[in-house]
Amino acid sequence: MIHQLVSVKQVPDTTNIRIDPETGSLIRKGVPAILNPYDAHAVAAAAEWKQKLGGRITIITMGPSAAEDALRECIEMGADRGILISDRKFAGSDTLATSYVLAEAIRAIHAEDPLDLVLFGKQAIDGDTAQVGPGAAVRLGWPLVTYAVKIREIDPDTGYTLVERRTEAGVEVIKTPLPSVLTCEKEIAEIPYASLPQLIASLQYEPERWTAEEPVAYDTAQIGLKGSPTWVAKTGTPEQHQPGETIDVSEAGVKRAVEDVIDKMLANNSVVSILEG
Amino acid sequence: MTRRFWVFLEQTSGVLHPVAGELLGVACRLTTEIADELEEAGEEAIVEGVLVGHEVTDLAQQAMQFGAARVYVVDNPSCKHYLNRPYTEVLTTLVRKYKPEVFLIGATTLGRDLAGAVATSLGTGLTADCTRLEMGTARKSPKKLLLATRPAFGGNVIATIVCDDRQPQMATVRPRVFDMPPCATQVSGEVIHETVEITPDMLAAEVVEVIADEASRVDIEYADVIVSGGKGLGNPEGFQLIKELADELGGVVGASRAAVDGGWISYPHQVGQTGKTVRPKLYIAAGISGAIQHKVGMQDSDFILAINSDPNAPIFEVATVGIVGDLYDVIPTMIETLRARKGAAA
Repeated sequence: MIHQLVSVKQVPDTTNIRIDPETGSLIRKGVPAILNPYDAHAVAAAAEWKQKLGGRITIITMGPSAAEDALRECIEMGADRGILISDRKFAGSDTLATSYVLAEAIRAIHAEDPLDLVLFGKQAIDGDTAQVGPGAAVRLGWPLVTYAVKIREIDPDTGYTLVERRTEAGVEVIKTPLPSVLTCEKEIAEIPYASLPQLIASLQYEPERWTAEEPVAYDTAQIGLKGSPTWVAKTGTPEQHQPGETIDVSEAGVKRAVEDVIDKMLANNSVVSILEG
Repeated sequence: MTRRFWVFLEQTSGVLHPVAGELLGVACRLTTEIADELEEAGEEAIVEGVLVGHEVTDLAQQAMQFGAARVYVVDNPSCKHYLNRPYTEVLTTLVRKYKPEVFLIGATTLGRDLAGAVATSLGTGLTADCTRLEMGTARKSPKKLLLATRPAFGGNVIATIVCDDRQPQMATVRPRVFDMPPCATQVSGEVIHETVEITPDMLAAEVVEVIADEASRVDIEYADVIVSGGKGLGNPEGFQLIKELADELGGVVGASRAAVDGGWISYPHQVGQTGKTVRPKLYIAAGISGAIQHKVGMQDSDFILAINSDPNAPIFEVATVGIVGDLYDVIPTMIETLRARKGAAA
């Protein structure tokens, strides 16, 4: 029996985001909010290990009321308890403040029902910072394994887990004591198909709601804008490039098109050096 | 007062990561951007490197060639291989002692693991994956601040982030985003040895095995030629053709997120916002539509050839030259033509 916690985030589906060409601002309308994909795989990994070893999975998320949907999705995958940490006082929190909020919540849950493993997705697809998981680990004082691709073993008796993480050089196998914090790649586990009872349970599930006061009394100096050392000074849209020439095979024929392109490559100083070198 | 600009000198097995050189170049430029303030206040700015490992002191010399005026070296057997907690301990200890104003770290696997932990320990701000860094004024700050610009929302938005009331102002930058500065042959600089105590509890997580993986070793960041494939390949076997063209050009294989998500090729090949930033001399995008998240990772390549059957594919917006056509016609013809030309030249 093990107690696992997964910290998740609801994010706009960035693959569907469009920019208003007139104003240059994000068009959020109609953009679906989804469970951050990396987090979904982390939940799937927790569900796999719950099946193997038994135990409970607690999910926490920080966000607006709509984020309850992300929690229900986790329940559908096999989580037992979902907590929405939501308060207007949290608005404007950067990664430092967010890691404080999550770490304090994890500490409170751990005090009640000791945790063996805490999982995060490797990053959220809206911010792509990959900072919150490491930040929470530091605050908890628990070992951190980032870029986890496989949990080989969890042994609650000896109190260790063996985790594979990917680095530029290959795969490192890390032996780390429980509880540890992992940030997960998608390979950590396949998203399971929900069973009918799980699906029904998730639809009826009412997540718990935590605020900035209850049950954790947060230090207001460490949350929201006040607790966030970084702020956005300016936003804009990426630079537009001047498109180059295109050659249409249906007009020029494939042979001509390719010959033309190779000539153009050879006329370019940096390319010619590699083609002829 | 001395305003310190720090760069983390990432090394693995005694080899300095090129991103350390790139960041030293950036740090040197940042100090020139506050020259007016320095003169007015009678202050100086200094670029310093931080080197952590075991028996790595020799690398300090290389850092000086790229612009470090001083290198702090922490040599400890416990730091021979990277582990988050001891390295975090070392960096936070040194930061508390020397109080740098700016601290730059490469956004590698190691650097991102480390930077988040260090910034949280110090309670300071950190901006990840910056694509532009400059010193400038913001809000009411009397001094110029680090203006850290990065893509967000999958590359759809560019945001400039500042951290005005805490120090150091930290940022991570991916390899290849900035140019390598010129390497000086004659250098002078100072090496300062520091000792930081690593206690056994910091070594609780340990590396028990390293499995070198061919796929993970694909070094696409520093390749001169990259041939990338996307969903337009239609099937995973399409990457054999991509590989054949890459081999012909002496290059490596890249991929779009769609191809990686589809399980057609492994993640280390992925180019883009959630993959790697590349800047080869020649980038060929075959069957890649050119979602913004892909473009932000490759648009600074010297020469971009896009091959796509859809004339409206956004990839053509960043291409130097585009071929509208079926990649299964174009690429074999290209391989053939390259071979024929090579044969004729020989």
